[in-house]
Amino acid sequence: MLLSLAPPLAAQDSMPPAPFAYRQLDDPTQEAAAQDLMETLRCLKCQSQSIADSDAPMAGDMRHQVRIRIAAGEDPEAVRAWLVQRYGDYVSYRPEVSAVTWPLFAIPALLVLIAAVVLAGRLRRRAS
Amino acid sequence: MSWRVWLPLFLFAGFLGLAAYQLTQPKDDFVESGMVGEALPYFDLPAAMEGVNGAATTDFKDGTPRLLNIWASWCLPCIAEAPQLERLKEAGVPIVGIAIRDRSEDVARFLAQHGNPYTRIARDDLSEVQLAIGSSGVPETFVIDGRGIIRYQHLGDIRESDVAMLLAELEKAR
Repeated sequence: MLLSLAPPLAAQDSMPPAPFAYRQLDDPTQEAAAQDLMETLRCLKCQSQSIADSDAPMAGDMRHQVRIRIAAGEDPEAVRAWLVQRYGDYVSYRPEVSAVTWPLFAIPALLVLIAAVVLAGRLRRRAS
Repeated sequence: MSWRVWLPLFLFAGFLGLAAYQLTQPKDDFVESGMVGEALPYFDLPAAMEGVNGAATTDFKDGTPRLLNIWASWCLPCIAEAPQLERLKEAGVPIVGIAIRDRSEDVARFLAQHGNPYTRIARDDLSEVQLAIGSSGVPETFVIDGRGIIRYQHLGDIRESDVAMLLAELEKAR
């Protein structure tokens, strides 16, 4: 039942990984920037992993893209924007305040505020 | 006792109900491309095997709408959609195939077994074009109009019921 619902992603190819799928960049600063970015990008085939964590061939091809673009001097956020343009916010793990997500940030603050007001009220009542 | 005492319990039951409902819903893993409506990104890919033509962005700018089929010989649902691609070919639709991470001998074997509906078959060994057009798996099929603009994306294999819809999308792209 669950298997029949699974998307068509089960098969795998037998091609060797992309050149920069597993090879680090020579420049340690660039590699660190690439690594930071890869940890916050979602693997599209294994959607609960980052591309840094995944051994899926497509994640390897995405790491290759990230590394060659950063090696070419592209800003990591430009690479993220390039992917977000194609796959939506979904591809990025980094929390972003936007027209859709602002309640996620506002509601906890609101709850803390309400709790503080209630607590202050009760403490005052007890004191009097 | 005030009715308000029960409020947290009802709230909790509400959340529980919502979670239970969501668990019964089928999981949707499809990621739609944000490139629909945009120009096809530049690419120029070599042929996937001997005796066929590779594919480039320029092939899509001759005024004829085309299908761009992202597939692979190692992809099982691609076998399931082969008869539908054949029907689209018979309807006169030019179909450009891009084989993702594939070997030429495997491509040749797949086409010998399941038929060749393609006018061009290119190889994308690093999934570069796949990433550039916002495709997240195989198979996916894009409708490209005669000016090289991506007009429609079909996710997953083409079922029998999708053929008429794709023909209509191609007509709209004319």
